[in-house]
This record gives sequence, C-alpha cells and structure tokens, in this order.
Amino acid sequence: MEKEQFYYDNKIVKMFLWATILWGVVGMLVGLLVAFLFVAPGLLEFAGSDNAISWLSFGRLRPLHTNAVIFAFVGNGAFMGIYYSTQRLLKARMFNDLLSRIHFWGWQLIIVAAAITLPLGFNSSKEYAELEWPIDIWVVLIWVVFGINLIGTILKRRQRHIYVAIWFYIATFITIAILYIFNNLALPVSGFKSYSVYAGVQDALIQWWYGHNAVAFFLTTPILGLMYYFVPKIANRPVYSYRLSIIHFWTLIFLYIWAGPHHLLYTALPEWAQNLGTVFSIMLIFPSWGGMINGLLTLRGVWDKVRETPELKFFVVAITGYGMTTFEGPLLSFKNLNAIGHYTDWIIGHVHIGTLSWNGFMIAGIVYWLATKLWNTELYSKKLANAHFLIGTFGIMFYAIPLYIAGFTQAFMWNEFNPDGTLVYGNFLDTVTAIIPMYWMRAIGGSLYLTGFIIMAFNIIMTARQGSKVEDELAEAAPLKKISSGRATGEPLHSWLERRTVLFTILTTVAVLVGTLVEIVPMMLVESNVKTIESVKPYSPLELEGRDLYIREGCNNCHSQMIRPFRSEVARYSDNDPELYSKAGEFIYDRPFLWGSRRTGPDVHRIGGKYNDNWHFNHMLDPRSTSPGSIMPRYTWLIKNTLNASSIESKLEGLVSLGHPYSKEEIANARQSIATQAAGIVENLRQDPEFVRNYGDQNMQEREIIALIAYLQRLGTDIKADRTAQN
Amino acid sequence: MLKYIKHNLDTIDGVAIYPIISLLLFLGVFLGMLFFVFRMKKSNIEEVSKFPLESNTINSNEDE
Repeated sequence: MEKEQFYYDNKIVKMFLWATILWGVVGMLVGLLVAFLFVAPGLLEFAGSDNAISWLSFGRLRPLHTNAVIFAFVGNGAFMGIYYSTQRLLKARMFNDLLSRIHFWGWQLIIVAAAITLPLGFNSSKEYAELEWPIDIWVVLIWVVFGINLIGTILKRRQRHIYVAIWFYIATFITIAILYIFNNLALPVSGFKSYSVYAGVQDALIQWWYGHNAVAFFLTTPILGLMYYFVPKIANRPVYSYRLSIIHFWTLIFLYIWAGPHHLLYTALPEWAQNLGTVFSIMLIFPSWGGMINGLLTLRGVWDKVRETPELKFFVVAITGYGMTTFEGPLLSFKNLNAIGHYTDWIIGHVHIGTLSWNGFMIAGIVYWLATKLWNTELYSKKLANAHFLIGTFGIMFYAIPLYIAGFTQAFMWNEFNPDGTLVYGNFLDTVTAIIPMYWMRAIGGSLYLTGFIIMAFNIIMTARQGSKVEDELAEAAPLKKISSGRATGEPLHSWLERRTVLFTILTTVAVLVGTLVEIVPMMLVESNVKTIESVKPYSPLELEGRDLYIREGCNNCHSQMIRPFRSEVARYSDNDPELYSKAGEFIYDRPFLWGSRRTGPDVHRIGGKYNDNWHFNHMLDPRSTSPGSIMPRYTWLIKNTLNASSIESKLEGLVSLGHPYSKEEIANARQSIATQAAGIVENLRQDPEFVRNYGDQNMQEREIIALIAYLQRLGTDIKADRTAQN
Repeated sequence: MLKYIKHNLDTIDGVAIYPIISLLLFLGVFLGMLFFVFRMKKSNIEEVSKFPLESNTINSNEDE
C-alpha cells in the first residue's frame, strides 16, 4: 500500500520539555527552602521576627512543593514523553493541534494558579489534592482535553497493534479522572472555600484511597509507559520480555484496585477468600518486580553502552529506585513496621526515593535524549550530563539515608519508657532536636540534587542553542488497511482485542470502574456505621473559623490529630488514659478530616485544655519562648490580622446541608456567638499582665488568633464530657 | 493509619461481598490475561516489541 507522508508534532514535546525543566527547578527550589526551614526556622523572616511573612511559612510552602514536583515537574515530564512516544508508536500526528495547545497552556495555568493560591492559604488540606474547587474544575476540564487528544490519536493511527506503553497511558488517563473527581467532591461555601462532602473516617478513607492510587497512576503508570518506550529506544534493543510487560500492566492496575478493598476488609472475608487472598498477595510481588527486571534486562548485552550513554545511566538508577520503593511499600504495610514508620521521616525518605530516582532520573534521561532529537544535534556536553548523574545520585543518597535514620531514631524515642512507666523523652522536642543533624544532611542532599538538575538545565539550553529546531518532523507510513472489525479466523483473541481500541479502552474502563466501585461502595456506606459519641457536638462558629485558619496555615502538615491505641501514644498525648486514644466517632463533624501524615510536631488531638489561652497566644507569637528549641514558624500575622467571618452564615448553611445539626437561630446569631466566645478568650488572656501591657489598648477580640485558640482549646475535649457523665 | 479505622467498615451488613467480588474479578482477569499472554504468537510478540525501535521519519537523525 502507498505510504502517506505526515508530520510529527515536535513543538508540543518541546514546550512540555521546557515546562518540565522550569517547574522542576521551581518545585525543587521550594523543596529545598522547606528543607532548610527545619534547621533554620527563621530563615524566611525577611521583615524581622515580629513580622513573619505568612505566604513564606512552612505550612503554606510544603503543599506548594509537593504539588509543584508531582503535577508540574513529573506531570509535564510525563506529558513530554507521552506526546513524543504516542505519535511514533501510533505513526500519527497528535489528534488535534489545538487540543495539544489547550492541554499545554491549560496545565501551565493550573500550575500558576496553584503557585498563587497555595501560598495565599487557599487550601483544602487534603494531601496532593490541596487545590480549591474552582481550580479542581479546571483540572478536570484539562484532563478531559488530554484524554480526547490521546484517544483521538489512537483512533487515527497507522499502526494496527498498540504497544504496551500506550496502555499505560490510557490507564493513567482513566484512573486519575476517577480518583480526582471522587476525592475532590466538596460543597463550595465561598469563592475559594469548600467543605468536603465526606467527614472524618470516611473522608480519611477516600483521601488515602486517592493518595495511594494517585501515586500509582500519576507517578508510576505513565512513567512505566515511558520506560517501555525510551529504554528500548535508547538502548536500541527490544524490551526484554514483551509478555512480561503485559503481565506487568494488568497486574499493576488490578493490584491497586483489588488490594484496596482486600486489605481494608480483610477480616470480613470468609476463610477461603482470606487464604486465596494471601496466596495472591505473595504471587503479586513477582510481576511488580518483573517490571523492574524487565526494564533492567532490556539492557542485557549493552552494558558497555550504559557506560558511555548518560541517558541509560539515569535509567538504571531510576529503575533500581523503582524496585526499592515498590519493595518498601509492601514492607510498610506490615503492621509492626507501619507502627514504626507512620508519622516519621521514614515515609518522607521512602517517597523521595520514588520521586528523586524513579521519577526524576527517568525524566532526566528522557530530557537528555529528546534534546538531541528535538534540536537535531549532539548533546552540548556529555561530561556535564555525567556530572549531573553523579551529583544527583549522591544527592539521592544524602537525602534518603539520613531520613531513614531520623525516622527510626524518632520512632524509638517516642516509644521508650522508663522503668517507672513514664516516657524517657516526655518532651516531644527532645525527639526533634535529636534528628536536626539528619535534617542538615537532608538539606545538603537536596542541594546536591538540585545542583545536578540546574546543570542539566544549562546543558539543555546550550544544546538547543547549538542545534536547529525540528518543529514538524516529516514521517511516512502506510495507512491502516480496512479490515473487518470482527475477529479473523485464527486470530488470537488478545490481538483482536488489541486492534479494537475503543472496545479495549471500554473494557479497561469497565474493569477499573467495577474494581473502584467495589472499593468505594463500602466507603460510602461507612458513615452511618461509625459509632457515634453522644457528647461530640459540632464546632461553634468561632471554633469553625479557627479550624478554617488551621487549614489555611497548613498546620496539618506537621501536626497529626490521630492518637493511635498504643501505650506510648496515650501516655504522651492523652494523660496516660488508655481509653483516650482517638475514636472514629469524634470526627463526624470534621470536614475535611485533619489527621495529618507526619509528626514534625506533636499530635494535637487532645490539646484542648492542656495549656491555658496565654500559652497558645505566646506560642503562636514565638514558639521558642514557650518551647525552647522548637522549629515551628512564628505566626505573628494571626495576632495582627482581623478575623474575616463574613461568610460564616454560608459556611454554617453549607454544613447543615451536609448534615450538621446547626439550628436556624444558631445561624442567625452566629456573629453574636463569635463575639461572645471571643470576649471570653480575651478576658482569659488579660490575666497576663504582659498581654495587657503589649495589647491592652488594641481590639484583640476580633483578631484571627482568638478563633484559632478557640478551636485548639476545643480539640478532643468533647469525649471527656461523655466520660464525666458516665462516671 | 487506616489500620485503626478500617474496623468501622467491617460492621456494614454484608460487606464481605465487596472484597469477594474484587478478589474474583481480579482472579478472573489475572488468569485470563495469563492465558492470552502465553498463547500470543511469537512472531506477533517480536513484531510488537520492535515498535519503539522503528523509525519512519525522513528529515531527522532518527536512524543513527
């Protein structure tokens, strides 16, 4: 058949390449800043210690860092590789140039919106889904544009069979769409504020179902697709085992979708299913490691080439990192290890092995190679690329190893008891100051990694300058012969399915959807099954405003609100009362839940009543005055800012529609209630002569700090009323 | 963290059906997939696995 000539769209790949480099530098720079805040908490107080800058505080920068590296750096990097490889694998230009451009600019707009709104404190507090509702809607729209463009290209392809990389891309598109929409369902109460439709336990279940699977389908599947294209391409050898790659694909998808309900509902299973499930869990380690082995073995026989080709070196470390993280994941799911790792820096080390090596190094390798193709030239400097590789690899080690040590050190210190039954390190700060040296090393590791990345940026800019751009690359291929959509005689079912793309996509979607529903339905039902506690009541209007400030400042990035049923935790956080670990019924009015995932500071679920109002006031003004050695930021703006409670009525009405029992009178009198409760707190504060001297002539009653104190003093106290009544 | 709250799920009436559905669904797809993968023709596999190596561009250094 006569060949058709057409052009590959290289310009869109190039746009994503520059965006990857730009956002990579920005995201990592923010990461480095927050890493240095651990060792120098006053680092960003440019306007003096009395004038801390709200948008440069840790709680606001940390979500910016995670969102920037995940969605801006890895996202753009994945799109870069997807747009390049999809066109070549399908022998077709992208479906529609306009959609490609909308996808690109739409995505950059999301990033810019995130970079502005997150530091301003518009933040839903759900990890890796912090963006508020107007941006969420925009994310979904752009994601759909990407999906249409991808599937449209598949439909107009000139290659009958679809290579495994494309399947990974399809799965990424479908699953992320489902995850993102379900997790972000929220009721807007004002322009940039919404309340999650889920509360407490249910919200936590949905959030971590999202969090876990987003790692799988945003940071893993698209990059695996890239691995299956670029590793063979650059090594110039076909993938080690194509069969294994198919097994890898299907198991990975089903592993996540099946393992979720299985692990959550394990004890509800009849015995035969438990046994079958256990056998499967063990079997599944093989295919997931099979992916790593498949990637590494593709390089068999060309190891000499690995020595000379910087791209392949990056891939080897990246794939090894993938193997390490996927091994660590199941380890962390063991109850004993989870009890140690949870809330500590082990988790931070774990995720950085994944992002720095697997994501960062895969993308770096691809960027180096693509630069030579997109500008039709040699790499400006191989030496610099090799230097990047070395510095980056050392950076990863210097980053991760100290954090593993810090994680274990802190977990053991938290759990150490004296013979008389008291905690050895009763002061939480002892466990923080002990690991500060590790934080220094981590910051050095991060600096090294970023240095390597900047060297790459320079190398790519110089490569682009010496080359000549190839924006539309001429290619030729025969169009697909029209053949019957039915199955030909003797044609294997799988290859028939594979060429029926739409059917294949629908089947994948159905499979993913059924798996998802099976997991989601019990989560939807759980709300009515949480054991309620009579004395747990909704927050007062002032406390609610305080809680929203807690969310705005990102306090949950460092403080958990979830005391586990361990002796060491109740001893530390619940006055040694073994019954006072956190109960599910205590969170039914928490939208969103604020359990946190890392204890850089102590848990605060039972902070209510532990200290007086003045302690909180002084602690926010200067944490080091009440807690010497603390690394918490100063929150001086909370003391200066007037509380904006103008949308309190619509907030309460929104919560009523979600089932919170506020009466009409309570809503009508909300502002009065705020004034009364605030006056009480100010009266308490005025008992301190120091407070009267400094703030006595100011209208402190209307300041934000008062609302935050109201919330903190309420935290975890309701259940105690229940116990008093029982006694 | 979910370890300390998932017992709430166990109290839902008839909840065991969900993990069983997911287990059987997974089992079915997994075994079906294995079956098809091992029945794929060698020639077909070889053809498809060479896709990334193919080059059909005319004006670039793709074929080095």
